[in-house]
Amino acid sequence: MEKINKDGTTYLNPYLGGVILGTVLLLAFYISGRGLGASGAVKNTVAATVNVIAPEHVAKSAYYSQFAGGDKNPMGNWLVYEVIGALAGAFLSGLLFNRLKFKVEHSPKITNRRRLVFAILGGVVFGFGSQLARGCTSGAALSGMAVLSLGGYITMIAIFGTAFIAAWVFRKNWI
Amino acid sequence: MIGSIISSGIISPSWDNVFAVVLGMGFGFALEASGFSSSRKIIGTFFGYDFVVVKVFFTAAIVASMGLLYLNYMGLVDFSTLYIQPLFLASAIVGGIIMGVGFSMGGFCPGTSICAAAVGKLDGLAFFGGMFIGVYLFSEAFPWFEKLYYSGSQGSPMVNTVFGISPELFTFILVLAAIGMFFGASWVEKKVKKVEY
Repeated sequence: MEKINKDGTTYLNPYLGGVILGTVLLLAFYISGRGLGASGAVKNTVAATVNVIAPEHVAKSAYYSQFAGGDKNPMGNWLVYEVIGALAGAFLSGLLFNRLKFKVEHSPKITNRRRLVFAILGGVVFGFGSQLARGCTSGAALSGMAVLSLGGYITMIAIFGTAFIAAWVFRKNWI
Repeated sequence: MIGSIISSGIISPSWDNVFAVVLGMGFGFALEASGFSSSRKIIGTFFGYDFVVVKVFFTAAIVASMGLLYLNYMGLVDFSTLYIQPLFLASAIVGGIIMGVGFSMGGFCPGTSICAAAVGKLDGLAFFGGMFIGVYLFSEAFPWFEKLYYSGSQGSPMVNTVFGISPELFTFILVLAAIGMFFGASWVEKKVKKVEY
């Protein structure tokens, strides 16, 4: 069920990986009544950090005040714990499949530096969009699709449709 | 026992965060083991040389959808206690478009960048760091986007109602569509020149 790569490490068969991911998602709904997410943990961390530095600013902000300030505990959020688990789970997988290695991946046509600049910019843009759409590929698209939410399907199509076009614009970075 | 387990009160809600860590570990493991810690593997979907994203993502979506319908049918899950995102049409579309651009610029989405960072991919770490800046910028600029953020409120509609069919029939069609897509993806992969990464 495993696919051997050029560098000797292995990946799971993608359909097996999908079944595991789907089962974890199903268990999340069954146990905690919610889907998996990622960007929400970043949002809570940012809100908590700003709340430490400038609590008055958080109290006045129509956005931060939804998550932090008062008796709210943004770092005690389910998604923060889930993301800590995800870091550990991915690390264990890297250990098991012999993939723990410092590395920057990009097309041979570009430098590491250019790749890292684009990675940061991509993170900035994605992080911004995830707040506007109330969730990312995990929380809005995948978890939304699992419960047949129309919003999940719309966000999924918007993300993948745009990424398909944008990939052509940024093709030099990849192929 | 009717799920979700936590909201049914069988287990103390304080266990919820313990489950969050364990479920998160499964999430991170599944993504990394499937190859989602590699940006060039992920982005292969958009050039046709590696469709792992399509295969894993849609397999997970149909497994979870079918699983929830079965659990609901057997009376093990009460759909009404599950969290369904409210739909704000304008911000869902515009936010999705912005995320799509970030996806192709950075080669990751938030969850996959976390997994990449965990195994030492520095581009994953850079993307993850960039997200904090992006979230901060949105939060600070919120007054300018507030109108867009709340416009087009639709409640929490289900996708099957758009087509006027039952959740079960929609999921059945989704499974057929996914299988068709998997065959299509494998066919394209064979046609497209391999990219070494």
